[in-house]
Amino acid sequence: MRHNLVLRVVAKLLIPFILLFALYVQFHGDFGPGGGFQAGVIIAAAIIFYGLIYGLDAARKAMPDRVVETMVACGVLIYAGVGLAGLFLGGNYLDYFVLDHDPAHGQHRGIFWVEVGVAVTVSGVMLKIFYMFASRGRDPE
Amino acid sequence: MALTVIVLTRSRNLFTVVVLAGVYSFLMATALVALDAVDVAMTEASVGAGISTVLLLGALYLCKSEETKPVRKPWLPLAVSAAAGALLVFGTLGLPAFSDPAAPIHTHVVPRYLNDVLRETGVPNVVTAVLASYRGYDTLGETTVVFTAGIGVIALLRRRRKQPGAANKQDAAK
Repeated sequence: MRHNLVLRVVAKLLIPFILLFALYVQFHGDFGPGGGFQAGVIIAAAIIFYGLIYGLDAARKAMPDRVVETMVACGVLIYAGVGLAGLFLGGNYLDYFVLDHDPAHGQHRGIFWVEVGVAVTVSGVMLKIFYMFASRGRDPE
Repeated sequence: MALTVIVLTRSRNLFTVVVLAGVYSFLMATALVALDAVDVAMTEASVGAGISTVLLLGALYLCKSEETKPVRKPWLPLAVSAAAGALLVFGTLGLPAFSDPAAPIHTHVVPRYLNDVLRETGVPNVVTAVLASYRGYDTLGETTVVFTAGIGVIALLRRRRKQPGAANKQDAAK
């Protein structure tokens, strides 16, 4: 599959749009269908697609293991951090009303960051699982 | 959808099974769109049909592509699952009719979510508002579950690398 010209060209054309769509799903989740989980999966799918066409090593170069593992942990930390921010600003844990002067804006902000956290963790985990499975059969033990 | 499932259970070629499972997921996603659950449909299409198909193909690469013949006839498991299915169907008979406005789930917190969500959060998509704001703790729990799953896979599948320090010491001893 790695030498198929049509696939390579089409993949290179499609991947930016897949990533753009993921960002749209992420940031438009407040208004239309979508949100962190779906966006994270789509981001992971774009990179897995890249890995399938260009080989695992290329994907690993674009998205190193270290970055992926950091993403897995960072997403949860962002989410929990939003909760703590609410705590420090005088509300309850995961209270968004205190994040801005206007309660509704605070909600907006809280939801935004929470969704970012979800997306980061989900895409990190999906990518990591893919890397783990894909690299298993190839390398000699 | 039923046809897909029948072919799925009859097939012994695992590649066919994986692809058909993806087809099933896409059909399920269209069913969810028809039920106006667009967010769930999106998740089903991307996770069920996309990622899990790729992961199953990756797993397939590591094992044989033909399922072995079962040693015994599967009559007892078949009877158990048929009985469980019949029980579940029997349980659904007690549920209120589909889209009945007087059903308990529509009278408890749903009116508050639907009426107050714009004023309270300013987010028009009620699903997102409930997920991230009203039920923020649950979503934090879910994210932690995903995180734990990832960590579990890393812990199980990561090969123990030879410690570079130990190798150097051996070289030095020579």
